[in-house]
Amino acid sequence: MDFNRAHVLEMEDIAFFKPQKRVALENCGLIDPESIEEYIAKDGYFALAKCVSEMTPGAVIEEITKSGLRGRGGAGFPTGTKWAFAAPEVADQKYVVCNADEGDPGAFMDRSVLEGDPHRVLEAMAIAGYAIGASQGFIYIRAEYPIAVERLRLAIRQAQELGVLGKNIFGSSFSFNIELRLGAGAFVCGEETALLASTEGRRGEPRPRPPFPAVSGLFEKPTVINNVETLANIPKIIRMGADWFSAMGTERSKGTKVFALAGKINNIGLIEVPMGTTLETVINEVGGGIQGGKKFKAAQIGGPSGGCLTSAHLGVAIDYESLTQAGAMMGSGGLIVMDEDTCMVDIARFFLEFTQEESCGKCPPCRIGTKRMLEILDKITTGNGTMEDLDHLETLAETIRDSSLCALGQTAPNPVLSTIKNFRDEYEAHILEKRCPSGVCLSLLSYTIDPEKCIGCGLCAKACPVEAISGVIKEPHSIDQSKCIKCGACMDTCKFSAISKK
Amino acid sequence: MNSIEELREIKRKKEELVAGRNANGIPTVNVHMGTCGTAAGSTDVLNAVIEEVKTKNLEKVYIMQSGCPGVCINEPMLTLTIPGEIPYIYIKVTPENAKEIISRHVINNQPIQEWLLNLKK
Amino acid sequence: MEMVTVYIDGVEVKVPSDYTVLKAARKAGIKIPTLCYLKDVNQIGACRVCLVEIERARGLQASCVYPVSEGLKVHTRTAKVLSARKQVVELLLSNHPQECLTCSRSTNCELQTLAKDLGITDIPFVGEKNTYEVDLSSPSIVRDASKCILCRRCVSVCTQIQQVGVLGLINRGFDTTVGPPFKHGVGEVNCTNCGQCINVCPVGALKEVDHTERVWEALADPDKHVIVQTAPAVRAALGEEFGLPMGTPVTGRMVASLRRLGFDKVFDTNFTADLTIIEEGHEVIERLTTGGKLPVITSCSPGWVKFCEHFFPDLLENLSSAKSPQQMFGALAKSYYPETEKIDPKSVYSVSVMPCTAKKFECQRPEMEQAGTPDVDAVLTTRELGAMIRQAGIDFVNLPDEKADAPMGIGTGAADIFGATGGVMEAAIRTVYEVISGQPLPSLELAPVRGLEGVKEATLDVPNFGEVRVAVAHGLANAAKLMRVVQEGKKQYHFIEVMACPGGCVGGGGQPLVTSADRIALEEDYQAVRVKAIYAEDRGKTLRKSHENPAISEVYEKYLGKPLGEKSHHLLHTKYVARSKYNVPIPEQEKAESVK
Repeated sequence: MDFNRAHVLEMEDIAFFKPQKRVALENCGLIDPESIEEYIAKDGYFALAKCVSEMTPGAVIEEITKSGLRGRGGAGFPTGTKWAFAAPEVADQKYVVCNADEGDPGAFMDRSVLEGDPHRVLEAMAIAGYAIGASQGFIYIRAEYPIAVERLRLAIRQAQELGVLGKNIFGSSFSFNIELRLGAGAFVCGEETALLASTEGRRGEPRPRPPFPAVSGLFEKPTVINNVETLANIPKIIRMGADWFSAMGTERSKGTKVFALAGKINNIGLIEVPMGTTLETVINEVGGGIQGGKKFKAAQIGGPSGGCLTSAHLGVAIDYESLTQAGAMMGSGGLIVMDEDTCMVDIARFFLEFTQEESCGKCPPCRIGTKRMLEILDKITTGNGTMEDLDHLETLAETIRDSSLCALGQTAPNPVLSTIKNFRDEYEAHILEKRCPSGVCLSLLSYTIDPEKCIGCGLCAKACPVEAISGVIKEPHSIDQSKCIKCGACMDTCKFSAISKK
Repeated sequence: MNSIEELREIKRKKEELVAGRNANGIPTVNVHMGTCGTAAGSTDVLNAVIEEVKTKNLEKVYIMQSGCPGVCINEPMLTLTIPGEIPYIYIKVTPENAKEIISRHVINNQPIQEWLLNLKK
Repeated sequence: MEMVTVYIDGVEVKVPSDYTVLKAARKAGIKIPTLCYLKDVNQIGACRVCLVEIERARGLQASCVYPVSEGLKVHTRTAKVLSARKQVVELLLSNHPQECLTCSRSTNCELQTLAKDLGITDIPFVGEKNTYEVDLSSPSIVRDASKCILCRRCVSVCTQIQQVGVLGLINRGFDTTVGPPFKHGVGEVNCTNCGQCINVCPVGALKEVDHTERVWEALADPDKHVIVQTAPAVRAALGEEFGLPMGTPVTGRMVASLRRLGFDKVFDTNFTADLTIIEEGHEVIERLTTGGKLPVITSCSPGWVKFCEHFFPDLLENLSSAKSPQQMFGALAKSYYPETEKIDPKSVYSVSVMPCTAKKFECQRPEMEQAGTPDVDAVLTTRELGAMIRQAGIDFVNLPDEKADAPMGIGTGAADIFGATGGVMEAAIRTVYEVISGQPLPSLELAPVRGLEGVKEATLDVPNFGEVRVAVAHGLANAAKLMRVVQEGKKQYHFIEVMACPGGCVGGGGQPLVTSADRIALEEDYQAVRVKAIYAEDRGKTLRKSHENPAISEVYEKYLGKPLGEKSHHLLHTKYVARSKYNVPIPEQEKAESVK
């Protein structure tokens, strides 16, 4: 077969990459993350050099503020404003903390940046340090990211050896160093006050704010905490200017956003698109559509604290405001795509189970409330729910949202609230008809043999692990529902499509 | 590091290599080694590349590792750059495939169409 | 302090800028319910009961930690607030045993009160409840984690006020519980038995080990001669058990109630408090004049002694070897007393009433016994005595004042003030000064060692000796602070008094409970109110110096010989042991695991 070289596409012309605009990810996959020189060859550390030799700390903050960059970790707080809060604080020590405690199920944006381009984050932290007057940085990273940890360790060593970290950087009076802190994988440690507690060596638990970390943070010193992706934007904003950055995106959400595409989508992977890209583009163009040609049902945006969007939202331009308006949230960028075979009650239950397990246990709404919500969902998915339970679920969800101490608790009910809002009919089917429309909730399923199609081969009876199927050879078989454990082995074995579940 | 000049000097030395992954006019084999790649077996792929380059006595091949380019579902991935050509992105590479890519594409200049991501459909 | 104006439910109020919304609301006359909040102990915003709406702040905010600022507008009674508070408490109740009728805290439970105040009539949430085995490992403290509502007051008091840190949080989410590390019981770790955790618990998750049963049995046993001693601080607080105002001294009614309970003799720990001053005072004098180990540190607080054994074992030689008044009393109760009364020592059953839970541990220390029987057979806390009086149906409030029996019921004012922080120091000075100088002390009351300052110091000029430098600490965190000063040699003291509990024995772990609401309502610290009763007792006495106690002179003449003599040494002095973090060896299995 002849190979036509003219058919080879530039990376940016591949459908997956075409709508993308890579800023935070620009070097990922292209440079050797274990070589500081390759990072420098891609203009690395020039932004830091520019800051310390040409800009005042105030000018750096001004540039970041002007760029419109907002926190990529969840809340979307303007980064420049955050820095501007910490800068005027007077203290013998200030800190810059990088939040690399990425915990959303199905999210791996920060991991990829740290694995593919670790120096970028170090440079950004030094810039932040220069801007607010801090000389020490900490990266709080989960120990479950061994490759990222290893590459960060190496990168810090290289940067120190080269002198872009350490004393008197670029001959200036600015000194900055970075240490790693490994987290043990508690989801709540991604919450900034819990992260600080854990960094200090205490139990990772949130505390009420105020005081905000910018005033009293790590070891009670003024502290700026930024997420990995937020930081990954900083060097290029400094190099290219605020206007370059703010030219991308929508009115109030500037720049790009990295999403981790997961679930029933063809191109599972990591993407970076300009703010304002529609959900449709993300799913169908970048994501290559739904696996197996099935129908799109919903997308969970914002991790376990987010909400789900439906096909009605495909035209939504993704930015902070429009997502919130649509009942989801930007979150850190997890995007889980669900097809028609997904039960939304089960999905809500899945996410709630996650947040319930990850609750730190400090405040009762989250500690006990999510447990009670989960118990109600268990009732519903096993066919024991009542419409009164559904009311309880909603009021409880609202109380937890309003009264929990930290964002983990406040947002934990989101998947339930958004699925009740968008898929109330599915809840009602489980409750009123004792039926799971997507055929997911095992307790509500039954496998039956169609006597018209069954030829009595007996294969299903052999496959059944609990001997629930009986029948005479060459006669239609039947399933004893009291014995059936709904494993589906019979259906997989039947060559005549005689077994159905409903 | 005392001045921006020192930084520029390092950049100059590595710029060309990084710009087109054109290592002094020789082919570059870039194995993507993020967690997604590693979990899918890219370490074996990298070892296979190193071994094959050694077995075939290829002196003029630059082997490197990098992070994830984004299409995690296609891992392990390998990007092959031949000087002057658009980089070839090989997907779902096995150690055996990697060896074949070396012998067929790097040595005999025959790209392997069916394993490539970046081909016009 | 700068003042700011805030608006709470439309009420304008000017408050200092360091106030919380909760505090500002009190000033505006608005009561916001609280649960985990405990003034000066625990302000963490965890329980979400004190929620309020704050204009321009997201969601509902915990008023106990939210700082005021100029122009802040707060709403404490909106439908959203009321419903959230109610549901939060309903959730707590849904994971609570609800055994109110048989709970030690029934009618005195902050959760019960809250549920009533919030109008909770049923619990809409049904689900799994956490159940834990009751921790019976300690001689002093019983912990029932099933009743715990995770307010963390005990954790705060144990780690911050006492700096002992045996109570912490374990597990997370719904499985979160409070306890010592590695599933140990409190009796298996370096707990000092101070009982402050009991004092702050809003529910029945913490209580003292019950000794009332054994006392009732002894009282009912015709072959037993049951005698009782009462510690100085008990009389300053027992009245609270019967609704009398805090700070009412009830010595006379206490004696009367004990007689009615059936004790054969009602004595007073004040007697051996005076004896302690004589023994310890002479020890101080001896060490001062012969170049002995200085500073001498008091040893009458068993919580402090155990704290020292665990955390400052290098200072054990500094501890006075004198037994505590309770144990001196016990030693005499089983020797001097039966000998002079001509009764069988084995028939004597000695009960003490203490403001303290650590005393239950102290009476079990191995050296505190004679011929195989303990010197003190049962230790009742002030609360337990209150319970016994109620069980017996005695109308405490209307009892006549009665006097304790002689000779072991006689004490001076110096003994009374043992119950307040600085009191032992003051009492000792009254004697030591006069013994060394041979002159009367110019002023009996030593103001610098009074009051609730954490660490207090005083310098005295003692004729025939010179300058004597003393220090006083109460609360174990303060004690630790002072001990580090001693360890580092930063300051040279001659004599130091340490009491484990904040405020001294008046704030002991066995005293009547003072709820969060009561603490807020009080203008000053509750310990300070009780102390007033103690100082009033002292001022009301003619004999205010231990060496003037005639019963003490008599016991030396008839029985002991001289202070620090051989008999004293045998009966009235003791020794201490250095202790590790664990009271018992680590179980083998965990040892093996920790090696891995």
